[in-house]
Amino acid sequence: MAYGNVVALRNVDFAVGRNEIVGLVGDNGAGKSTLIKIITGVQRPTSGRLYIRDKLIPWSEYSVRRAHELRIETVYQEKSLGEKQPLWRNFFAGRQITDRLGFIKVKQQKEIADRILLDTIGFRGVGIDADSTVSKLSGGERQGVAIGRAMHFDADLIVLDEPTVALALKEVRKVLAFIEKIKARGRACIYIEHNLAHVHELADRLVVVDRGEVVSVIAKGEMTLHDLTDHLLALQAAKEAQA
Amino acid sequence: MTAVADPSPRQRRPRQRASLGARLIGTEGVPILLVLVVVLAVLMVLAPNAFLGWRTYISVMINYQPQLICALGLTLVIAAAEIDLSFPSVITLCSLIFAAFYRFDNVWWLSWVGAGLSPEAIKLLQAQLCWLGVFAALGVGALVGFINGLLVARVGIPSIIATLATAFVWRGLAVFLASGRQFSLRDFNQTDLWHVTTGRLLTPLFSGDVVLRKPDGIPIQALVVIALAVLLWFILNRHRFGEALLFIGDNANVARVVGIDVKATRVKLFTLMGTLAGLAGMFLTMETENFTTTQGQASLLVVIAAVFIGGTSIFGGSGTIVGSYIGLLIVVMLQIGMVALGLGGDVADMVIGVVFILAVTLHMLVERPERLKGLGFGNR
Repeated sequence: MAYGNVVALRNVDFAVGRNEIVGLVGDNGAGKSTLIKIITGVQRPTSGRLYIRDKLIPWSEYSVRRAHELRIETVYQEKSLGEKQPLWRNFFAGRQITDRLGFIKVKQQKEIADRILLDTIGFRGVGIDADSTVSKLSGGERQGVAIGRAMHFDADLIVLDEPTVALALKEVRKVLAFIEKIKARGRACIYIEHNLAHVHELADRLVVVDRGEVVSVIAKGEMTLHDLTDHLLALQAAKEAQA
Repeated sequence: MTAVADPSPRQRRPRQRASLGARLIGTEGVPILLVLVVVLAVLMVLAPNAFLGWRTYISVMINYQPQLICALGLTLVIAAAEIDLSFPSVITLCSLIFAAFYRFDNVWWLSWVGAGLSPEAIKLLQAQLCWLGVFAALGVGALVGFINGLLVARVGIPSIIATLATAFVWRGLAVFLASGRQFSLRDFNQTDLWHVTTGRLLTPLFSGDVVLRKPDGIPIQALVVIALAVLLWFILNRHRFGEALLFIGDNANVARVVGIDVKATRVKLFTLMGTLAGLAGMFLTMETENFTTTQGQASLLVVIAAVFIGGTSIFGGSGTIVGSYIGLLIVVMLQIGMVALGLGGDVADMVIGVVFILAVTLHMLVERPERLKGLGFGNR
C-alpha cells in the first residue's frame, strides 16, 4: 500500500482464523490503521490479494458495503457513529430498512434499535432509547452501541480499532467484557490496542507491525506481558538507532 | 452480555412521555412558527394597512416562490455541511434558457427557429416551444449543478470556493447567451403553460382586481412549492439519500466507514440543488414575464439567512425544511414590514442582520452550549 511515494505497508501477510482474537500492535504510524482500512474496504491497496473464507476477492468488487455483506464489521475509535444522529439512524446507516423507493421504515428501525439496546447491549433504565442522539452517550456507551451494531448484523469478524482509547477505567472494563463476548459467541476479532496489558490478556495471537511490515507473530502464552513490552521497546530502539 | 451502560453524569430525559407543551415545542418548526406569528402580530399593530388585508400575503405568494425553492434546496446542502453560492447565477442562467424557448426570436442561437414564419405561426410555435423550455431550464440547472458537484466531490475544491467560481461562469454564460440584452415574454400569460404553472386559483374569492394584467388569486406556483417542501422533507428525514446527507454533514469520515458513498452523494446533492435553482429561475421568469441579466442575483443573502434563521445547523448534520420555509417568510415579512413603516430597505437589512445573529446564537445555544462559554451560558 502506497500513498504517492510513501509506502505504508509492504510484504504484509495477515490472516485471522475462525473464532480467533488477533491483537494487532505497533507504534503510531506503523501501518495498523492502513491495514484495517484495507481489510474493511475503506481503502484499496496498490497491490496485494485478499481472501475471505478461502475465496479470492478482487479489489474491484470490494468495498465497505461488500465487507458488510461478507459479515465483516468495524468499530472505530470514535469515528463510527454520527454524533447528532439518533441511535435508530446510527444502527442502520448505510444499510437502512427501506421500501422500494428508498424511503426508510422508521418504525421498524426504531423497534429493532430498541431491542438491540435492551437485549444485545443491555442498556436498561439509563434513559437511552432509539431516539437518543449519540452526543448524549458516554464513551463506553458509544463503543457498546458500535459493538452491539456489529453483533446485530451477525458479523463473523469484528474489527476493533482502539476501542478503549480515551475511556475511563470503568468504561474500559466494560468494553473488554464485550470483546470476551465476541469470542464466546464464536466470532473472530481483530483487536488493535495501544495498551499492551489489555491486548495481551485477550488475544489468542499477537501480530506486531513496525514500519509497514509484520515483524513478529506471538501466540498466546508465548510471552509474558513483561517480555512483550521489552520486545516492543527493543524494536523501537532499533528504529531509533537506524534513524 | 454484560451491561456497558452507566448512568451518565449528564442529564437524560426519562423515558416517560413529556408534557404536551414540551412535545409541541420539540416539534419541528413550532418554535420558528411562533417567531413568525410574533413578527406578524407586531407588524399588524404597527402597519395595519399592509398586514391586515390579504393583498400583502397574496403578493408574497406570487413573488417569493423562487427564493423559497432555493431555501428548501439549500437546507439539504447546508445539512450536508456544504454551501452553494452559485444558485443565484443558476437562476439567471435558467431564466434565460426558459425565456429563450419562448422568445426564440430574441436570442442568436435560436433565432433560426422562427425564420420566415408569419407572426401568427410564431405565436403558435411560442406556445408550444415554451413547454420544451421547462425541460431545458431544469436540464441546464441539473447539468450545471452536476458540474458544481464534480468540482466539489471529485476535484475536491471546497464548495464555498467552487460555487463562488462557477457563480461567475453561470452568470457570464447567461449574459453571453442573451447577448447582454433583457427582453419581455409578451403574452406569456395567455399560454396553456402559464395557466398550469403560474395561473391563479380561487379568483372569485378575491376582489376581482387585476394586477399587472393578472387577476388576484392563489398562484399555482405557491402550491407547487408547498408540494415540493413536503417532498424534500421526506427526502431529508425519511429517505436513504437524506440520511446520507445528514451523516456526511455530521462527519464525513463516519459516513465513509458506515458505507455511504460520500462522493456520489455530494454530486447528487449539487445536481439536485442546481435543478431546484433551475426551477426557481423558470418560475421567476414565468411570473415576471421578463428576462433581465441580473434576474435572481439579489436572492443570495436572503436565502442563506432564511435557512439559518430557520434553524438548520451551521455545523452541518441537521437541517429543517419547515424552518427554512418559515425562515424565509420571516425575512420577507420583515422586508415588507420595514417598507410599510416607511423605513426603507436599509433599515430592513439591518433588522434582518440582527435577527439573523440572534437566531444563530439561539440555535447554537441549543446545539453546542459549550461554544458560547464567552457569554457565560456555557456552564449550564
